[in-house]
Amino acid sequence: MALYLPIAEMSVNIFVVLGMGAAVGFLSGMFGVGGGFLITPLLIFYNIPPAVAVATGANQVVAASVSGVFSHFKRRTVDIKLGMMLLVGGLVGSTIGVWIFAVLRQLGQADLIVSLLYVGFLGVVGGLMMVESLNAMRRARQGAPVSMRRPGAHNWVHRLPFKMRFKASKLYVSVIPVLALGVMIGGLSAIMGVGGGFIMVPAMIYLLKVPTNVVIGTSLFQIIFVSAYTTVVHATANHTVDAVLAVLLMVGSVIGAQYGARVGQRLRGDQLRAMLAALVLLVALRLAYTLFVAPDDIFTITLGGAL
Amino acid sequence: MRSFAVAVAVAALILAATCAANAQTPAPAAESRPVVPAAEGPAAASGEVTQGERIEIGLSTETVAITADFSGADLTIFGAVDNVDPLVQRQSRYDVFVILEGPTADMMARRKGRVFGIWMNVDSQKFDGVPQSYLIASTRPSQDIADAETLARLSLNIGDIRLRPDQTSGNSAADVQTFADALRGLREKAELYQEFPSGVRFISQSLFRARLRLPASVPLGHHIARAYLFRQGALVAQTQASLDIRKAGLEYQLYRFAQNQAFLYGLTAVALAFLVGWLARVLMRKD
Repeated sequence: MALYLPIAEMSVNIFVVLGMGAAVGFLSGMFGVGGGFLITPLLIFYNIPPAVAVATGANQVVAASVSGVFSHFKRRTVDIKLGMMLLVGGLVGSTIGVWIFAVLRQLGQADLIVSLLYVGFLGVVGGLMMVESLNAMRRARQGAPVSMRRPGAHNWVHRLPFKMRFKASKLYVSVIPVLALGVMIGGLSAIMGVGGGFIMVPAMIYLLKVPTNVVIGTSLFQIIFVSAYTTVVHATANHTVDAVLAVLLMVGSVIGAQYGARVGQRLRGDQLRAMLAALVLLVALRLAYTLFVAPDDIFTITLGGAL
Repeated sequence: MRSFAVAVAVAALILAATCAANAQTPAPAAESRPVVPAAEGPAAASGEVTQGERIEIGLSTETVAITADFSGADLTIFGAVDNVDPLVQRQSRYDVFVILEGPTADMMARRKGRVFGIWMNVDSQKFDGVPQSYLIASTRPSQDIADAETLARLSLNIGDIRLRPDQTSGNSAADVQTFADALRGLREKAELYQEFPSGVRFISQSLFRARLRLPASVPLGHHIARAYLFRQGALVAQTQASLDIRKAGLEYQLYRFAQNQAFLYGLTAVALAFLVGWLARVLMRKD
């Protein structure tokens, strides 16, 4: 069934989009990730203009994070104060990111930078995760006790000034790295259309030494607001949020997430992480492929000179 | 948009147009009144002199509305030639071009090149006021109708669509030409520039019908339909009418909302996301 998307200005098959949302929702439910890093590339592969894919992806992330954060609130695994500080950084980063994105579009390099960022981040994160999970699996097979790597003692991050106490995380740390992390994730959210959980979570664990149990709730909490803000700014500055497309994706992903979560509970953690790593690496490879292989047509046209 | 109706008013025949798309308003055919045959009607003398042939075209509707399931449509434009010379007509020496030109926009053509093994945009050339779509229907292949110079002057071939390069881009003339050709080629591939070499048929001595295919991605806005009458290779008359292509229904409302109240639209999109996320939570908990 064809459906005309008012902002993307193209017809798409409604079932393909729902299916895409469901597939990503399934995976995000299974692995406990937001799925923005999958949605945006998938939309681009489906010929949705990258600018629309990024802005609409941010919109979809809002829904995914909202539905995810409730259970964390119930379990009190959200550090609101830490989330707020990350959020302040995130809003600044997002504003800068949207502005950079508009400039890149004007220069005709937005697609390239988006692809490069995806290949870089997904490649590194996927690679690290793969190594870690394979090691964990090997240790498990050798019968060694499976120990979650407990973040070590203090590092350089903890010697910075302007310290602040975060009670829920049992943390006494400088606000500088917290704000900087927020700015970085906000910028990525605006440019890549992702929530940034896949970078935020490792950074909070390894850089800030936030206890693992509050990491996911807190990152979800702040991602809701950063991606909501990103959506509004993209809508205002670039007119690229396609609400019809976003709602279809949300509905699909919400349904898919239910089933994904059930499957996820039956798998072992290290296996899950290895599969997620493989998936992340595949997306990175697919995007890298388009960068290195000669395009069908070396010419492209864009309307308006700027847009 | 009234102007075309005035032009039609003078015309001889029922100039109905049908459009396979969802036409919003039924024919305001009213204004074409019956004719004072022959004679030099005082009005809208259209065309460039000679024997007094005149050409008229009409559209039954001023607007075509694109709805959610729009996947292209056939547009038929009817027209008539006045003061036909029967002898010339019998020898099939009258030829007609009907052109539907879309709204213009500035366009940026970009060329990718390999930089450190990565394909990225390296050069660009801006063109000012390029028609976003250009559909050409004619009675015969254009080169059989008129000489190359005339075809070029009136932009009766895709290759002759005039492109004004923006001078600030600073490319050499040869490069500009390459970009212009690429732009035409890409638009042609997207079916936005099309030629229909047998798209115009005479259905009686003086009545003709032009069939054009509107692609799914037809640009929205003010389109101009132009008709040229050739007699033995010489342009004898021309006329034009206009057509608006709009979005209709919910999609159109959304599009306007997104353009005109962008901030509010963004807030609404976010609110929807919150709602879906919350609903999901509520429904899932029941399981």
